[in-house]
Amino acid sequence: MISIENVSQSYDAEVVVDNVSAQIGPGLTSIIGPNGAGKSTLLGLIARLQPLQSGRVSVGGLDVSSTPSKQLARTLAILRQENQVSLRLRVRDLVTFGRFPHTGGHPTSEDRAHVEAALERLDLTSLADRYLDQLSGGQRQRAFIAMVLAQDTDYVLLDEPLNNLDMKHSVAMMQLMRTLVDEDGKTVVVVMHDINFASSYSDSLLALKRGALVAHGSPEQIMDTDVLESVYDMRIPIHEVDGTRLGLYFGSPQGARIS
Amino acid sequence: MPDLLSHAPSGTARAHLSPEARFRRWAIGLGVATVLAIALFLTWSLLGNLAFALTLRGTRIGAIILCAIAISVSTLAFQTVTANRILTPSIMGMDALYALLQTVMVFSLGATAWITTPEPVRFVVELALMVGFSLLLYRWMFTSKPGALHLMLLVGIVLATLFRGVTALLGKLLEPSEYTQLQDLSFASFNRVDPTLLAVAALIIAASIAVLWRLRHTLDVMALGRDTAVSLGVDHRRVTTMVLALSAVLVGTSTALVGPITFFGLLVVSLAYQLVPGAGHGRLVVISALLGTLVLVAGQFVVEQLSGNSTTLSVVVEFAGGIVFILLLLKGALK
Repeated sequence: MISIENVSQSYDAEVVVDNVSAQIGPGLTSIIGPNGAGKSTLLGLIARLQPLQSGRVSVGGLDVSSTPSKQLARTLAILRQENQVSLRLRVRDLVTFGRFPHTGGHPTSEDRAHVEAALERLDLTSLADRYLDQLSGGQRQRAFIAMVLAQDTDYVLLDEPLNNLDMKHSVAMMQLMRTLVDEDGKTVVVVMHDINFASSYSDSLLALKRGALVAHGSPEQIMDTDVLESVYDMRIPIHEVDGTRLGLYFGSPQGARIS
Repeated sequence: MPDLLSHAPSGTARAHLSPEARFRRWAIGLGVATVLAIALFLTWSLLGNLAFALTLRGTRIGAIILCAIAISVSTLAFQTVTANRILTPSIMGMDALYALLQTVMVFSLGATAWITTPEPVRFVVELALMVGFSLLLYRWMFTSKPGALHLMLLVGIVLATLFRGVTALLGKLLEPSEYTQLQDLSFASFNRVDPTLLAVAALIIAASIAVLWRLRHTLDVMALGRDTAVSLGVDHRRVTTMVLALSAVLVGTSTALVGPITFFGLLVVSLAYQLVPGAGHGRLVVISALLGTLVLVAGQFVVEQLSGNSTTLSVVVEFAGGIVFILLLLKGALK
């Protein structure tokens, strides 16, 4: 359980996260919302990447402000959108870093097994000896996700994991998230832009707008024309196709207006 | 989908060398070359009293080696925690800060009182001040959200110029006799190094490098960027503070021994990254320390014996280092 209580954050008098409280239970939760809604900031605050200005966050019962970083790193893993590495690394080296919170710089054979399993899961075994700078954007993205999996935490936070991925790999990524939840029992929280991907795979959706929590519920509750209008300021017709609620926002008359 | 790219020939035969083999090759090569250079330096055209000449040269080469290792390793760690390959402690003005502190001590205590203080005591006081002021000045810059690189470069240049300006001003305000004594302090060179100071410096440098060596795996994680490092459980702020403090100690010590050499660290660390791509900090520390020693020992030998002291080593090193600096800027590393 991730518990967020009255969290606010502002930079230079601009409020980025505005008094958000939420309980994120087990399963796959997607954070959605327009640009600048504070989605990534909230995710970063949950993962103690920035110190909390006000409010409290606990992950699996551990208060993120007071628990030692190393202990949190065995419970919680986060991957940001942009990842620049100043060392020249091979894919396997990068994924091995996921074991750092467990064994420091001296991986054991058990760690190596975790690394190989993570490589396998992201279809990277054949690329394991390549350098990161020889990979495409999507391959790099998968390498970083493999590192997060090797970290083997109960809570996994991903900031726009579908960035750089083509349709096939996007679907594979979302299916992988589902396996992490359904088979490994992990709690996965992702920031998503595509509401239809979010709706199709998530157990719950958490919608932010200008830093404030606007709606939090199941895809059935959130994928509703009125609810989505309160989030995105545009009317999105909802169609149910094979049991999944999809928003057809492409033709929305207000979709073209940029304010 | 068949992976077509993996069958394409990539690069030269050297690129196929595994990082392990590459490291071994360079470590052995540089190690042998360094030992040869040291032997040559010690024994080249020895005349007169052998014991006397060897002691003299031994002290000098001791200073050179200490200085080379201190600057190379501190630059390596500094660049990792500040997440760039351009800034070095020297470029950020740390050695100018050390010179300023020396001048302020002479200015406020009087040259005679300060110079008659036993050398090790003076040295330790200076280093303590150096660490304090470095943390005060640089910590906020690198532990908060990292700013743009060119902004920090600018801040460094402004700070260094300011420190040198104030040092010069205070120097002018001193009595001529005190100023001369101060100059003796701050313009030390490889040619006159006090053996006691050398022993103290060796201890301090060895201790600092031992700490950095223990941090080598953490530094590898820091190289993944701040957010990833935090996610992997590294206390980013604490490690940055530690490395800044150790850099201050190492730069202060080497400046005390031989004076400032601005671009030396940049030169050595850039080369080390080129020689062993894909290496972690453990290997990088070894390679840069060896490379730094080789460059300084060989350089000093050439300057002293072959060019007949017609130039100074720092001029040569600054020239080569300055060119590397400009090349790095041109290559677009400053983005």
